[in-house]
Amino acid sequence: MSVYRENPDAIRALVRPREVHRDVYIDDEVFELEMEHLFANTWVYLGHGSQVPEPGDFLTTKVGHQPLLVSRHRDGKIYVNYNRCPHKGTQIQAEECGNTGRVFTCPYHGWGFKTDGSLAGVPLKQGYDGTGFDEMAVGQGLQPVKNVQVYRDFIFVKLNEGGLDFDEFFGESLSTIDNMIDRSPEGKLEIVGAPLRYMHRCNWKMLQENQTDTCHPMIVHESSAGTAVKVWKETGRNDFHPAIELITPFTAPYKFYDDFGIRVWPNGHGHTGVSNSIHADYAEIPGYWDSMVESYGEERAREILNDVRHNTVYWPNIMVKGPLHIVRIFKPIAADKTLVESWTFRVVGAPDQFLERTMLYNRTINAPTSIVGHDDLEMYERIQRGLHANAYDWVNVARLYVENEPVDETAVVRGTSERQMRNQFHAWAKFMTMSMVRDATESLKDRPLPTSSPSVGATLEAAS
Amino acid sequence: MAVTEEDLVAFIYHEARLLDALRFEDWLDLFADDGRYWLPAEWPATDPLKQPAFLYEDKFLLDVRLRRLEGAKTYSQKPRSRCAHVLQRPTIDGMDAEANLYRTYTPFHYVEARADQREYYNGWAHHELTEVNSALKIKLKKIELVNIDAPFGNINMFI
Repeated sequence: MSVYRENPDAIRALVRPREVHRDVYIDDEVFELEMEHLFANTWVYLGHGSQVPEPGDFLTTKVGHQPLLVSRHRDGKIYVNYNRCPHKGTQIQAEECGNTGRVFTCPYHGWGFKTDGSLAGVPLKQGYDGTGFDEMAVGQGLQPVKNVQVYRDFIFVKLNEGGLDFDEFFGESLSTIDNMIDRSPEGKLEIVGAPLRYMHRCNWKMLQENQTDTCHPMIVHESSAGTAVKVWKETGRNDFHPAIELITPFTAPYKFYDDFGIRVWPNGHGHTGVSNSIHADYAEIPGYWDSMVESYGEERAREILNDVRHNTVYWPNIMVKGPLHIVRIFKPIAADKTLVESWTFRVVGAPDQFLERTMLYNRTINAPTSIVGHDDLEMYERIQRGLHANAYDWVNVARLYVENEPVDETAVVRGTSERQMRNQFHAWAKFMTMSMVRDATESLKDRPLPTSSPSVGATLEAAS
Repeated sequence: MAVTEEDLVAFIYHEARLLDALRFEDWLDLFADDGRYWLPAEWPATDPLKQPAFLYEDKFLLDVRLRRLEGAKTYSQKPRSRCAHVLQRPTIDGMDAEANLYRTYTPFHYVEARADQREYYNGWAHHELTEVNSALKIKLKKIELVNIDAPFGNINMFI
């Protein structure tokens, strides 16, 4: 029986000011509705322009369950189309990335599409003479995603027509992406290599909540960070070890995290590390400061580098680690399955040691082999199993809650607050339900058709 | 001593057996002081520092891993993992006594089990061995996985 479909009130009832219902993590129907609504109403990150630098370059990905094809056209612009031939539905590209040349050719009947998605050619085209082909959606080419925004090379899409525009959705939160890019003396980042891919048998939102959960490192990571620091001391060595530099801050006490603060922004975005963070005290890399001063001037360079934000959550499903040039994507696969991709950037114009630090951090902390990541994942998987206990339906997010706490407002709060988790769940309910009202009041046939296929309805009518 | 091909093959089998027996301290002793354990995340892998890797660890970091496995708060090892290697007979890729460098190539199947879960990994291990005080030691163990693009779950033990 359907409990939540076309029932926005039931969805809203899952989120209370200080707790959320376990169904947001374990219910299959809620998960399907997330794919249909939440991931269609929000601006979702697809990738970086440096993954498709040349005309003809493409990458394939998914938003929710929707297969997408991202390509660089000859005009230099990035286009996003559904990865589905308009003819029979064949996936146009099955590879994750590559270069298609001037056209995409469907492997089934050889239909061709330019890299902006428009139709390039159809074999035996005369067979469609007099069929109304040119007026049908199929004659236009690949179905485009209408809302595409490339912000300083970061590619985002919003699948649904309605909702918030890009600037309103992200607002001031874009400052984290800005800061990560500004750390390049040339104002430019480049993806290096494939991401580390790590399968988590848990709900995707647990990953996102953990990004601003500052009360777990001293417990969960004692076994890894604590052991590393202890073994290092035992060696008696006092030389520089790059992994020790990265791991040691994980042992910081509650006060350190509490003091560095959390900033929340409207629409579910937020970050830890407002005034300080575990990324603040890395060794200087020779030559870098001088090149930053040359590019930005001393004052601005200092401003950029003193902003050492820890984890920035971009709702719904990425986190950005600015000082380390890492973006992690939490790709939902099922209510209890999430693919975590950790992508690494080269800071263009900065010494190679930056890239080496980024790679070291990624394999030490984010890899399936990470002694740090192992224990995080163990917690998520235990939660996923524990939530099936029928004793109690609610998960608590009340830490440092205040009566009548404002929602959808920018604020800086103490670092051990769960305010950002509450912020995420407020956004969750909002973007889950904003397109459900329409579903509840309009049947499928009454829905407006996509603007690129106005003639489909007319053609069907004529046929009947 | 003059290192023979049989010495190299025996060494590789011995290494796998120590891992399967969970004799990790003895296994770590097989590494030269500057030895490295490298599990690249990209193919082909030529640069362990600037290309993505799952692991590129020195003896100190490997020691941290071993010590962590023993820890009371190592929750992801409650219950503990076990592992089993099945090796093809190693091929000798290089015998350079003058440079004190010996190279082997070993296709493998590897399974790691924890509670009711089993994860399979398959690929090719490349060893660079050197003789230190009349004993063979690992300078580099580089492991290429056949399904390098696949998303993996926790890899707790050592391939």
